[in-house]
Amino acid sequence: MQDYKYIGHSAERVDGIEKVSGAALYTDDLEFGPDLLYAEIVEGPHAHAMLNSIDTSEAEKVPDVLAVVTGKDFPFNFGLYMKDRYIFAQDRVRFYGEQIAAVVARTPIAAQKAAKLVKVNYTPLPKILDPLTAIQEGADLIHPELKNYDRVPWFFPTPDTNIAHHRKIRKGDVDKGFAEADYVLEDTYEVPRYSHCAIEYHAAVAKFDHSGRLTVWASSQSPHTQRNLFANALAPLGIRHNDVRVIVPHVGGGFGSKAGVTMEIIAAAIAMKVQGHPVKVMWNREREFYNTYQRLGVIAKLKIGVKKDGSITALKHDLYWDAGAYVEYAANVVNAVGLSAIGPYRVENASIDSYCIYTNLPPGGPYRGFGYSEFLFGLESHMDRIAQHLGIDPVEIRRRNAIKEGELTAYGAPMNPNGLLQAIDRVAEEVRWHEKLTSNDPNIAIGKGFSLFWKAPAMPPNASSSCFLKFNEDASINLLVSGMDLGQGFLTVMAQIAAEVLSIPTSKIRTENPDTDRNPYEWQTVASHVTWGCGNAVHKAAIDAREQIFDLIERTKHLPRETLYLEDEMVKCTTDPGFELLLKDFVIYGIQMEDGTFKGGPIIGRGSFMPEFTSTISDPETSQGGHPNVHYTVGAAAAIVEIDKQTGKVRIKKIVEAVDCGKALNPSLVKGQIVGGIMQGISTVLYEEMKFDHRGKMLNPNFTDYKIPTALDVPDEIIPIIIEVPQPDGPFGARGMGEHTMIPVAPMIANAIDNALGLRITSMPITAEKVCLALLKKEKKK
Amino acid sequence: MKKNVFSLNDEIRSIYINPNETLLEVLRDKLGVKSPKCGCDSGDCGACTVLIDGKSVRSCLILAIEVDGSTISTLEGISKDGLSPLQKAFHEHNVFQCGYCAPGMILSATELLKKNPHPSEHDIKEAIAGNLCRCTGYIPVIEAILDFTKKD
Ligand code: FES
Ligand code: FES
Repeated sequence: MQDYKYIGHSAERVDGIEKVSGAALYTDDLEFGPDLLYAEIVEGPHAHAMLNSIDTSEAEKVPDVLAVVTGKDFPFNFGLYMKDRYIFAQDRVRFYGEQIAAVVARTPIAAQKAAKLVKVNYTPLPKILDPLTAIQEGADLIHPELKNYDRVPWFFPTPDTNIAHHRKIRKGDVDKGFAEADYVLEDTYEVPRYSHCAIEYHAAVAKFDHSGRLTVWASSQSPHTQRNLFANALAPLGIRHNDVRVIVPHVGGGFGSKAGVTMEIIAAAIAMKVQGHPVKVMWNREREFYNTYQRLGVIAKLKIGVKKDGSITALKHDLYWDAGAYVEYAANVVNAVGLSAIGPYRVENASIDSYCIYTNLPPGGPYRGFGYSEFLFGLESHMDRIAQHLGIDPVEIRRRNAIKEGELTAYGAPMNPNGLLQAIDRVAEEVRWHEKLTSNDPNIAIGKGFSLFWKAPAMPPNASSSCFLKFNEDASINLLVSGMDLGQGFLTVMAQIAAEVLSIPTSKIRTENPDTDRNPYEWQTVASHVTWGCGNAVHKAAIDAREQIFDLIERTKHLPRETLYLEDEMVKCTTDPGFELLLKDFVIYGIQMEDGTFKGGPIIGRGSFMPEFTSTISDPETSQGGHPNVHYTVGAAAAIVEIDKQTGKVRIKKIVEAVDCGKALNPSLVKGQIVGGIMQGISTVLYEEMKFDHRGKMLNPNFTDYKIPTALDVPDEIIPIIIEVPQPDGPFGARGMGEHTMIPVAPMIANAIDNALGLRITSMPITAEKVCLALLKKEKKK
Repeated sequence: MKKNVFSLNDEIRSIYINPNETLLEVLRDKLGVKSPKCGCDSGDCGACTVLIDGKSVRSCLILAIEVDGSTISTLEGISKDGLSPLQKAFHEHNVFQCGYCAPGMILSATELLKKNPHPSEHDIKEAIAGNLCRCTGYIPVIEAILDFTKKD
């Protein structure tokens, strides 16, 4: 194995001191001076209604109010993958709490007061709060104009229905596969909506200055995508890409909620109406719940056929997604799952139908895991049930079916190198899978559960990353990238990659969150792709800088370049041990020649990366033929739980999770992702529950009623395991792993509960109440 | 408006305050002290934690007029003369991710260690149970504190 000096080590975070000292500034911490204006949003109190008229006259009279804006001011639609969204509702509102208008005033109090005086006239329409109702014959259309929306070529709406996209897989012959099966299991699994709950709210400040420049400071995962969407949406007002500048300070958690564009466009648009003033739009905890993206809900009908030995003969997976009122981003979640809902298994005969369905609930969107947590809840529950029926060990059935390198995915492309079997074996060993656990307390049941996981980045085939690397006089470096550090440690890892190539300590590399005017292009920080994609760009930029250094030495010192190498901030030579030249002596100043002239000049590395092998072009009826995903990251996990039979309360004793990240560039950060992701997964299965009333209004948009775990709820033990089967096209073999860590948690806990109590729960969340009631029901039956 | 005098991070401050302003608003908007964060504005998340006379308090729940005559510390005050050994331990362990909960979490831990330099794991969990963190899964926070207290 190659010895590395900077990567593979648990370097301290480059933003660590800022964060522990309180120096780190987030969007709401920035100061904009006494000229700052505040916007208050007027929200619609209907899940579905025609918007007839808006009377802003009373609101405009409130002292200190500068402007009241409505949909009429911005009759533009926008969206990431499909343009079905509006800055403010136009003629129709589609979810409870949707933004109708905004008041801009000198003080928040004046804005709030005026917002209450905006009078809106509605005609309520029938509302649709679940996906199965939405696809019934004759259901009211939530987006009658669906077929006219601009969209990416890989979306297939069904015109004049509420189906915004339908991804189909047809591989092999499922009928034949089921006919050959010795056992077929069919059931339905339900996973409801969830909220990201980043502790920092969404926040945006925008200023359209008198020179025509639009600057937006936002808490965002996607600065360049925001610039692009702002410029496109506001083009009718004369805005071009180079007029827009997006600056992102520290971000207090994202988990998908701050990807793409949501509330930030409100700030950008209203700034255009109060030229010269910065204007701030702050969300609050309630709006975080009901007017940002939510994780989609799904009803998944799953049918799997197997031989007696457990090998899968056919799989049919029909997924009905509750995608909400606008699906400009959500439809790609549905698409990603459509492509991958066979799970990490070898399945020759597969049929998948993944339906993106409009409902009158808040817009669905990206959430850590991008749909994979949702479908794996059913799939991995199903695998356990099949194993049980056949009398095969749950670990063994997974081993037998696990997909191997070169075997075909659902869309017919070969699987990448992976350590799935290693992960399974290491987890089984660490959790002592074959040891029987018994409880001395008759009131406590103990059980074990296992689950595999996989996930690929879902992104357009031309999603790209780039990097500038510039040396300073002392050979320290400013590394300019536009990936976002949302907490995962991205910036640290980028610094480590450059450090490794250039043999400069990570601590001498400064890299910070971006400003789109200064930092080069990055698509967005989503899909767990930036370590891989942007890491490749940084790797190339560092090599570019290194080659410039070698060029200069070759030219000025007449040493053959193949003998040159970098070590400890110096250029050295394999054939001349006496030759050592400090980088700081020439990376800016150049090298002086005998005649007194200087050669060289500031060294600036440049790297860009695009996955040139991907394509979304395939047969829409089967999805065969393309190469939509760059690669999959895989892994396995197991849990040991104790359940109190009186209360139904689940206590997690131990979790082991192994993830194949190709190469752990920073093991401490990888482990941080594993532990944090597991906790987020536990939260979705045991604690969190969104409640909506019959009007489609969320009833518990706060942390008192929507519980996320505290330090008192942590498992007794979490054991992270790192597997390293290199990704051939990744930087030092690395591939992404940030989202993946939460994906196996829900099914493995459901499996552990079944193992302990003989109780199969097929809907999330699995609260203590649900376990308790199910137990009572089971007892009664006896 | 009422004039209040209090000590903030070892400096005496006197300031006119509206009776309905929370301490969090006054610290952030009137005094420019930004480490206390707002994550809920209703006492649930602990991101706004500050120390008043050594005790951790949610500054979104307390009115600024109530702190007249008190001694207030925020993370800026703790960091004034360089990072405290506890802050260093958090940094060395790469504990925080997004860092939004860090100011509140560190103040809760600081209060705990002042009262109880050798807390049990359970003591630590109780002390930080009012500080929500969506990123770390808490275990790295707990381990760093435990490790730190074992060292001295
Ligand atoms: S902001 Fe004070 S507890 Fe959340
Ligand atoms: S580190 Fe992000 S909330 Fe704690």
